[in-house]
Amino acid sequence: MKADVGTPVVKSGVGELLRLPPFGRRFGGAAEYVVIPALALFGSLVLFGIFVALFGKNPLDLYFYMYQGAFGTWFSWQNTLTRAAPLILTALCTALPAQLGMVIIGGEGALLIGALAATSAALALPGAPPLVVDVAMAIAGMIGGGLWIMLAGALRQYRGVNETISSLLLVYIALAILNYLVEGPMRDPTSLNKPSTPEIGAANMIGSIPGMDVHWGFVFGIIAAILSYILIYHTVFGFAARVAGGNIRAAKVVGLSVGKLILIICFLAGAAAGLAGMMEVAAVQGRTNANLAAGYGFAGILVAFLARQNPLAIIPVSILLGGIGASGGLLQRRLGLPDASVLVLQGMIFVMVLASDTLYGRWSFFKDKAS
Amino acid sequence: MNFDRISRRRILQGTAAVTLGSALPLRNAFAATTTVGFIYVGSRDDYGYNQAHAAGAAALKKMADVKVVEEEKVPETDAVEKTMESMINLDGASLLFPTSFGYYNPHMLKMAAKYPKLRFEHCGGLWSPKDPKNAGSYFGYIDESQHVAGIIAGHMTKSNKLGFVAAKPIPQVLRNINAWTLGARAANPKITTQVIFTGDWSMPVKEAEATNSLVDQGVDVITCHVDGPKTVVENAAHRGIFVTGYHVNQSVLAPKAYLTGAEWNWEVLYPRFVKMFTSGETLPNFYRGGLKAEVVKVSPYGDMVPEAARKHADDVKAKLIAESYIIFKGPIADNKGKVVIAADVSRGQTDPELEKMDYLVDGVIGATS
Repeated sequence: MKADVGTPVVKSGVGELLRLPPFGRRFGGAAEYVVIPALALFGSLVLFGIFVALFGKNPLDLYFYMYQGAFGTWFSWQNTLTRAAPLILTALCTALPAQLGMVIIGGEGALLIGALAATSAALALPGAPPLVVDVAMAIAGMIGGGLWIMLAGALRQYRGVNETISSLLLVYIALAILNYLVEGPMRDPTSLNKPSTPEIGAANMIGSIPGMDVHWGFVFGIIAAILSYILIYHTVFGFAARVAGGNIRAAKVVGLSVGKLILIICFLAGAAAGLAGMMEVAAVQGRTNANLAAGYGFAGILVAFLARQNPLAIIPVSILLGGIGASGGLLQRRLGLPDASVLVLQGMIFVMVLASDTLYGRWSFFKDKAS
Repeated sequence: MNFDRISRRRILQGTAAVTLGSALPLRNAFAATTTVGFIYVGSRDDYGYNQAHAAGAAALKKMADVKVVEEEKVPETDAVEKTMESMINLDGASLLFPTSFGYYNPHMLKMAAKYPKLRFEHCGGLWSPKDPKNAGSYFGYIDESQHVAGIIAGHMTKSNKLGFVAAKPIPQVLRNINAWTLGARAANPKITTQVIFTGDWSMPVKEAEATNSLVDQGVDVITCHVDGPKTVVENAAHRGIFVTGYHVNQSVLAPKAYLTGAEWNWEVLYPRFVKMFTSGETLPNFYRGGLKAEVVKVSPYGDMVPEAARKHADDVKAKLIAESYIIFKGPIADNKGKVVIAADVSRGQTDPELEKMDYLVDGVIGATS
């Protein structure tokens, strides 16, 4: 790519093009973030194809059914987006604290607490207009989930407890609280063999996005991801957070209030997962019971790491993982693969993407040679 | 058109396949056959709840003009709604069996309302007249089998201490614990049943701990009500005590420890349902049956079970089939001394009061909360 060095000025289209900086200098930085994960994804699909071929199935059939089940029909798209909806919100629960260098993996707990808080809010407002109930549910869910993750942040800030461990253990506490309340004080006496809270009422259910069978959680997820992106990359607060994430001592030296940053970011992270819990109640289940512990919080960790903790990248990655989940059923039914095969693919993608981290900055193609 | 055969060419067709794929009426792909969809909450080979249903699905595969599609480990969220729709839209399923309890409300009811021409059959739910007419629920009186297994357990114990590892103190589970204990007491009035609740349907570590702790307390016959009894059966055999099984026949896991067990008999019920469906009959909205209707069965007795015990158990089984025997016949007191079924009351299998059971009978050591 030395064409720009000493190229004579020619007033032709080609010449104009040649005088522009090389591709790498113009788009290298951004392209690297697209090409490398794409290569990692491609590599894991090839590996998975080999894995499936070892079981005597045709890899081409595999790719076809994956495409068919995830994106091949309008129904498949709706299936994919439905599965992606909670993942965007729970992934933010990991991605936001990651800006501060914290590894929070307790989104599942915030989701459950958010669901409980949202259900309680709805049950506390019988007869209120649906809009009031839904807004109250969203606020309660976000506060509940936010405080839950803030607890992990506070333990880290004031007691020096590792936030990864504490947020994970808080998941089990949240699950125990949920089971206790659902089987005890909050139980609907008519829910005999499936202990559940009373229903929030059909009128209070949030319907689907018009024209498609995907609930509003998907839209809220996208809004939350965009807001998070703006917060992290285009505000002073986000800059402070990234400085603290880069070097906590330097941040303290320049006078940043790191403790406050930790608590606020953790609250926002938990609020995102809490909103996911609220949506599961208000758009899907209609009440709280053990069904809510479906692992969305844990899948969100995978999404956040695959998206390299970038709030905007979380959106396509959630859709990708939603698609893999949606196609998993078709793989079981058409190819007779066990459910675990989808987990194998997810694991391969995860390892490939993490391993490909070492490639950033290594390829001269993406580099600005003139500098 | 056959979808499977031309799939490779389709890939090469690239984006053209998208428009083609969505425009084609996929449902007509299997017009001549009836496609039946089965959805399991756990793994199909769990030696338990899900395997029992998968055995029923396998029996359908032998029928002519019936195609079975299955999906395992589907959570009780909107994922199961999408799985049902995927089976309907992509496989052309017209009869669906979502088999886990939590699939019923709201998920299956929502799909039944959305696809009124298709049929949805749920295991364990309580269909009520306000639910869609194309939805149905079926279940079995497996406490009858548990009662017979309990009689064998009562005959086999030497320590007079029995153990029961249970998931949650909900009516279905309590009914099994009580029926099993009443059976054992009919054989040996001195026995007690120590019950341990693990808190959830699939908790292998807790199930193993509970089994070991029961053996340490002197229990010498054990059973369970969890989704996959494999852990309990194998641990019991390893510790050298007897076990009665649940859901399916687990004797292959522990041939020397497995006395008998309470099993589902879906491989009889499912072909019956599908035959009705294909011949145009309406399936029942609410269906329940026990040993007589062959919805449940009792595992063959192990070689170690003596003649007297077999005779006692077979005798009661025959009476249950003849409907001349009632398990929950007063007077029955709970384990706190309160009379729960008065002396002159007999609660037959169809009695709705039994569906609300919230007590443990006298002889059970444990608490419901």
